[in-house]
Parts: sequence; C-alpha cells; structure tokens
Amino acid sequence: MNSSTYTQFVASKRMGICDPIHQIGMWGDFKDSSFPDTEEPSHGTVGTSNRYEPETNKRIEKVHRRLAQNREAARKSRLRKKAYVQQLESSKLKLLQLEQELDRARQQGLYVGGGLDASQIGCSGTANSGITTFEMEYGHWVEEQDRQTDELRSALLSQIGEIELPILVEGCLNHYFDLFRLKATAANTDVLYLMSGTWKTSAERLFFWIGGFRPSELLKVLTPHMEPLTEQQGRDVHNLTQSCQQAEDALSQGMVKLHQILVEAVAAGTLGDGIILPQMAATIEKLEALVRFVNQADHLRQETLLQMSCILTPQQSAQGLLALGEYFKRLRALSSLWSGRPSEPT
Amino acid sequence: MDKVQRMAREHGVVIFSKSTCCLCYAVSILFQDLGVIPYVHEIDHDPEGKEMEKALMRMGCNAMMPAVFIGGQLVGSTNEVMSLHLKGSLIQLIKPYMAV
Repeated sequence: MNSSTYTQFVASKRMGICDPIHQIGMWGDFKDSSFPDTEEPSHGTVGTSNRYEPETNKRIEKVHRRLAQNREAARKSRLRKKAYVQQLESSKLKLLQLEQELDRARQQGLYVGGGLDASQIGCSGTANSGITTFEMEYGHWVEEQDRQTDELRSALLSQIGEIELPILVEGCLNHYFDLFRLKATAANTDVLYLMSGTWKTSAERLFFWIGGFRPSELLKVLTPHMEPLTEQQGRDVHNLTQSCQQAEDALSQGMVKLHQILVEAVAAGTLGDGIILPQMAATIEKLEALVRFVNQADHLRQETLLQMSCILTPQQSAQGLLALGEYFKRLRALSSLWSGRPSEPT
Repeated sequence: MDKVQRMAREHGVVIFSKSTCCLCYAVSILFQDLGVIPYVHEIDHDPEGKEMEKALMRMGCNAMMPAVFIGGQLVGSTNEVMSLHLKGSLIQLIKPYMAV
C-alpha cells in the first residue's frame, strides 16, 4: 500500500515487545544456514557475518525489516482474501435477488427489460409513471449505496489520508439526502404507496416507521460499531438519541390522531348509504396530511445523520456509515433468503 | 400584526395551529413531553384567522402551521423545532417556561 503505513508499522515493531530481541538472541546459533527469507533468497550469507559489529547490526536490521514486510504482506493478503470472499458472497445474494425479481416480473406478466406499460398493471394516469420512476431511481440508489459501502470498507482498511476520508463521508451523507429528496417527490405523487413500504424489501418493512427507518433505533444499532467515543461524545450521542426518541414519539402520536381522523372520515355518515363521492373527496384531502408526516420523518432522519456527523470524527463517521450500509444490506439479504427458503410440504 | 405579536409575548411558548392539523398536535405533544404547556391558538377558529395567517407569512413562517413562538420570538415551524431539539438547543430556549 503506501510507504508511510509501512514505516509506521516497522517503527512500532521496533519499539514493541518480543520479536526483535528474540531474533538477536538467536543470531549467534545460525552461522551457516541461510535465513528463511521469501523476499530476497540471495541473502543467504547473513548468518555468517559476525565479524564486524556495525555490519552485523545493519544486516540484523535488514532482516527485521524483511520479517516485518513479510508479516505485513501476509496480513494484507489475508485481508484481500477476506474482502474477495465477501464480494463473492454478496454477488451470490445479488444474483438470488435478481432471479426473484425476474420471477416476480414474469408472474405479473410485465415485460422484463423493456419499459413498463402502465395499462398492463391495470392502472392509468401519471401517478403510476411517477411511482415507476421512483422505483427505478430507488433501485439505482441502492446500487450506489452498496458501492459506497464497499468504498468505505476499503478506505477504512487501507487507512486513506486525512483529507480523503471526510470527503468520502460527506459523499455518503449526501447520498442519503438524495434519497430523502426522491421520497419527497414520491410522497407528492402517491403517499399511500410510499407509506406502505412496497418499495422496500420485506424485512425492512418489519422495522418501518412513517415511511422509513426509525432514527433512534439506528443510533443504538450503530454506536457499538464505532471506535470508542470520548466522554463528551458519549454524552452528546446519548442526548441526541433521547431527543430523537422524543421527536419520534411526538410524531407517532400525531399519526395516531391522524389515523383516528381518517377512520372517522371513512365511517362518516350512515354506513349503508353507499359511497358518497363528496365524502370520499373530503377523505382524500385528509390523506394528503400524510405527506407532511413523511416529510417530517425524513427531515428527522436527515437531521439525525447530520448531528451524528458533527459529534463524530471522520473516522468514526466512516465506521458508522459503513455499519449502516452493512445493516441495510443484511436486511435486504434476509428478505431474499426468506423469500427463497423452501416451502413446507403440505 | 398586533394580535399575533401580543399573543406571542403573553405566553412563554405559543403555537399557532389549525384544529385539523395533526402535525401541530405532534409539536404541542413534544413541548408537553419536555415539561412545557404550550399556549395553542387555533387560527381556524379565530374570526381574524386569515389576517393572522398572512401576518405569520410576512414574519417568515411560510404558510405552514404550526408557527411556534418562544419568548415572543418566532422559532419557525416543525422543521425548525425538530432541528433545534436534536441540537439540544430547544431545551435551553424553553427552560424559563418549564412547569415546575
């Protein structure tokens, strides 16, 4: 990777515990044998040169350096292998998801790959083209999300510079804000669709709260995955979680009230009089109130992410965002595996 | 507008709302949870409601109820209240008006 990391590694090893001292102690025993060295096989005379002190020390240092290089190379190789295996696993899952989507689309008699014809779904009007657009854009959003999560993982592993990491973090945050913008447009098009969570996978729907994730829940999920927080940070995160929960509770109670109003609106008048259009129109107007709630909930999600990024260092933010991306990935994978599990014989 | 200003100054925490607005209800619940009883004025039940709404718009509240005042100052609507609360600033603002 980069040489500065390497020299740091070597320096810390020199100041470190056992190995260098051990090696020096062993040197006297190995006069003739060539040192097991994978990087420079020609360096076989090391063990024999005890004639000049400074010479020996130089050679010993060289060997230590080489040992350290080997260890580092081996470590990086292990990490690369791990990353590769993880990539394979997620590709496998992605394949499974795609296959399921394909099946679903075929079942509904939709053309796969071509444009969706609204009349085939039995609906008409611009609302559904708006929703179709949203579904497509959301699909792209998820792909980009996964790509950014991988990028965060690599960045944290390879310890990229102090300037690059905050830029990466900001990019990830902006990506979330993009989603909230997408959702705002979709909410104006069809808020019931948005709130039903149809556009999300089944496991994600389990944890749905007013059109998306519950911010305080996420804070609790993520905090253990970040580097230890300072005392001040711990207090700030605790306060943020508490404020978030209070805001969520207030919005939830508002939703309960709206729920009651809607029930009353639908049930208004004498049930049995049939469907009265003016009453329906009035109810539809009331449904529009849901738009404000979804927007407010998204605003809460956005503010929570922003506040966290203010409390945390870029390193911690990156770790948190990586954990968040992984968490959603797992939920989506869970949904796929759940759909794909063999059905019980009847 | 005088009426709006006067009401805002008469009480610590004032919420101008509409009776049918559930988001306004949510905001008043939030204040209550924090230990403040807000003074809620429903402008749709006020004969001068329309002028009050216009006055609020002129003051910077973009036609969305609720309009929240703390200590006579316009704080804003739900967005502003939520942002302040997450930053930890809302508690500071309402401290003087908290019910003992």
